[in-house]
Amino acid sequence: MAIKDLPFEECYIPGSAACPGCPATMAMRIVFKAIGKKMVMIVPACCTAVIESLHPKTSFNVPTMNIAFEAAAAGASGVEAGFRKQGREDITVVAWAGDGGTYDIGIQALSGALERNTNFIYICYNNQIYSNTGIQRSGATPYAAWTTTTVDGKTEFRKEMGEIIQAHHIPYAAQACIAYPEDLYKKIIKAKSIKGPKYIEIMAPCPPGWRFAMERTVEMGAMAVETGAWALYEYENDKVTFNGKSKLILEGKIERKPIEDWIKYQGRFRHLFIPKKDVKKIKAIQEHTDRIWERYRTCYL
Amino acid sequence: MSSVMIDTGNYIAAKAAVLCKPDVVAAYPITPQTTLVEGIAKYVGTGEFKGEYICVESEHSAMAACIGASATGVRTFTGTSSHGLLLMHEMLHWAALARLPVIMCNINRVIGPGWNIWADENDSISQRDTGWIQFYCSSNQEIFDTVIQAFKIGEHEKVSLPVMISYNAFILSHTSMPVFVPDEKEIDSFLPKRIPKWKLEVENPITFGNIILPHEYEKVRKEMQDSQEYSKKLIVEISKEWKKKFGRFHGDLLELYKCEDAEYILLSMGAIGAESKVAIDNLQKNGFKVGLARVRSFRPFPSEDILKLSKQADLIVIDRNISIGSEGAIFNEVKGSIYGKSSAKVHGFIAGLGGKDVTFKDVENMCKKAINGKEKAHQVWYGLEEV
Repeated sequence: MAIKDLPFEECYIPGSAACPGCPATMAMRIVFKAIGKKMVMIVPACCTAVIESLHPKTSFNVPTMNIAFEAAAAGASGVEAGFRKQGREDITVVAWAGDGGTYDIGIQALSGALERNTNFIYICYNNQIYSNTGIQRSGATPYAAWTTTTVDGKTEFRKEMGEIIQAHHIPYAAQACIAYPEDLYKKIIKAKSIKGPKYIEIMAPCPPGWRFAMERTVEMGAMAVETGAWALYEYENDKVTFNGKSKLILEGKIERKPIEDWIKYQGRFRHLFIPKKDVKKIKAIQEHTDRIWERYRTCYL
Repeated sequence: MSSVMIDTGNYIAAKAAVLCKPDVVAAYPITPQTTLVEGIAKYVGTGEFKGEYICVESEHSAMAACIGASATGVRTFTGTSSHGLLLMHEMLHWAALARLPVIMCNINRVIGPGWNIWADENDSISQRDTGWIQFYCSSNQEIFDTVIQAFKIGEHEKVSLPVMISYNAFILSHTSMPVFVPDEKEIDSFLPKRIPKWKLEVENPITFGNIILPHEYEKVRKEMQDSQEYSKKLIVEISKEWKKKFGRFHGDLLELYKCEDAEYILLSMGAIGAESKVAIDNLQKNGFKVGLARVRSFRPFPSEDILKLSKQADLIVIDRNISIGSEGAIFNEVKGSIYGKSSAKVHGFIAGLGGKDVTFKDVENMCKKAINGKEKAHQVWYGLEEV
């Protein structure tokens, strides 16, 4: 599937209030194209609540319901049950949340919905911060990254949400990235075809949040994958399969690029380079990434 | 053909809810509501409940799931109590602002710490500003009848608001009483299908609940207030209709009991409301001219009816709740209702907090204290004032 072969119809319509270079909207376009108009979106507090545009207008051409920050998966459970009772199992129910609403405040409702075998797709667009509230740390924020609540850089490493999801043994989960829209499209199509709970997390580099130029969103996504800061994979029937460049890295067919190549372009890591290079912290990030990949190799190769 | 069912308040509520054929029930167990959710589960087993039953992982999710389901246009029901209700608080506002008529039983229970599972109305009283219609029941028959009426009231096109039916922990939730249960057809002929104000549908995509500017938001609040006001009329109509159809009447916004020629009118709520009837009988036998106006609907608050009563009599209020730093909620609102329009005195009592028993004797004592003008404080903590 090439980009030119994606469905022509757009459900992400003009009037959006997104920032220029916004990764969430890039991902959303692809999700809309993959699922089509027979879907319902449940959106908790996150950037998308703004991106949708102001009442009484909208920039989405699919039915969308906003819900409280921690309640996306629970709200989606209700929507799914309501449609099922009306014999409308042809409608795909999508919860669309950020990393704050997924890793942190929404994890309980998400875990509950997965455990209950809710027939829906939960999509987390992960920009590694609370971006809508103005760049605060989340459980997805990487070590040493500046945010407005970690002014000297975060002192903890991020959670491995993918592994938490796998512990629920759901039929399908995947990690994708806005830099690889064809891969994302394929994963959404597959999720749509499977009954039960599906979880897809999309790496979404945020220009104002990460402090990089708006035209570099895709590049930041690609470099996250090439440096191993993010991995593309699918989880199906308890089996993990790496995709794209992540697969080549896992199999040792290409070298993982140094993490420094990715972080040096992001203002949130500027304090690691200016006024003096913080070799110790950069090394800590690299070693942490190496450890994760060592585990990947042990478990998934 | 109606039948008689002898059971506890919770099982009666479950029966009533199931007879209303909700499409989705999402609930989480909490003492003393547990037998209500177990009751519904039992009807899943027998096949009498044909809806979807979602056993969620918290009360917050219970209300969120009811909201999601209700937004698809279907009928929803849940139940909770005390801390469960408090955990729902955010979603209570959400349901009301989204104009989704979720129907819920709340079993009034004490809030911790310390842990205490007895009757106290502070849990639901502290949800009074959420936009929910709030009923308080004083018998299992009233629970049954009110649950069914609540669907018709909340789902009415001019109301479209969630409704909470509250009743006291254990005193009603776990006490068996005989209850007349109409058959399914009779209930079907009383309760029409829900016609939603708005819903999620792929054929007509809307975005619900996105950012709204101050001017528009203020209108949303005004519409909610107008709907609560309208519900005052509707509650009166539906109570009359129920009486005509089923021969039972528990009052509408208030239940008036022996108020003719009364010089004092007692306002109480919930289980204390039931004790109050016995107290009024005894007081009148002994020559005291006291009647009862049992508060059945706390939201909407029956201000006009109370003002009318205050032209006839002085008022005595018993609150099984306290807004710390102020006073009992009913006491406060009664005074607000008559301020500047009536010269009636209002006597206030706090009683039965923490599940402390309030018997008809206690109610009689409070009334006598008020009538004799012997209370020393602005609002008396009954049973503590002489300590």
